[in-house]
Amino acid sequence: MEIAVTENSGVTILTPMNERLDAHNSDTLKGAMKESFEAGAKNVLVDLSNVRFIDSSGLGALVSGFKNSVSHRGRLTLSGLQEQVRSMFELTRLHRVFEIYEGLDEALASFAEGDVHG
Amino acid sequence: MGRNTIELDIKVPNQTRYLSLIGRIGDALARELEEEGGGREVLADQLNVVLTEAMSNAILHAHDDDPDKTVHISLSISDHELCIRVFDQGRGFDLDAVGEPDDEGAREHGRGLFIIRCVMDVVTYRRSKGFNVLEMRKKLR
Repeated sequence: MEIAVTENSGVTILTPMNERLDAHNSDTLKGAMKESFEAGAKNVLVDLSNVRFIDSSGLGALVSGFKNSVSHRGRLTLSGLQEQVRSMFELTRLHRVFEIYEGLDEALASFAEGDVHG
Repeated sequence: MGRNTIELDIKVPNQTRYLSLIGRIGDALARELEEEGGGREVLADQLNVVLTEAMSNAILHAHDDDPDKTVHISLSISDHELCIRVFDQGRGFDLDAVGEPDDEGAREHGRGLFIIRCVMDVVTYRRSKGFNVLEMRKKLR
């Protein structure tokens, strides 16, 4: 799976380019989040706006990224959840674990303000 | 077989690259169903995720990701009921041992069967004629 990596005001933005995030490709995202935190990034945003479908492996990869953020004293936020993706977060109650923003701008603004909730 | 019943029997190599194909077949099938006053978007998403979860469970857990094995899926859908069966030749698992995900602990694994159980009405796993069968049924309204 292709993941676009960009920087914006000290935030590393990871954007999966595929419509599906499943057991076939979720390890790529898991690796990209791990590499970012290990390379010293403190603020990582995963922009899910291209992802129309997520399964339990995709959710598991994001949980792994969340754990990396905690162990590196960093911060991981998500944005751009489409309908199916949002419903999977709610079904598995993971919406209570992650910091989720409607769009990229809101997520970036939260980093600028240094917001941490959860 | 009823007038509006569709049955599909699919065999694919035991490889995760086919998850997308199987999921999309489920999605397309749900959209073929007639429903008064609206589409079948929710059912399409549900069928997509259930097929993806059941198939990846067979590929990765029952068949230990062995690319030479085959996953067999049968789908039957009528006006009133949807039935999906996924056959594997693995060592099997205890369906009752699979609990609910722990949101506080945020574990990485173990949500697949939970998702299937949330979406489908009846889920069973049994040994039959040399295969394990994960059978998932849902009433359609």
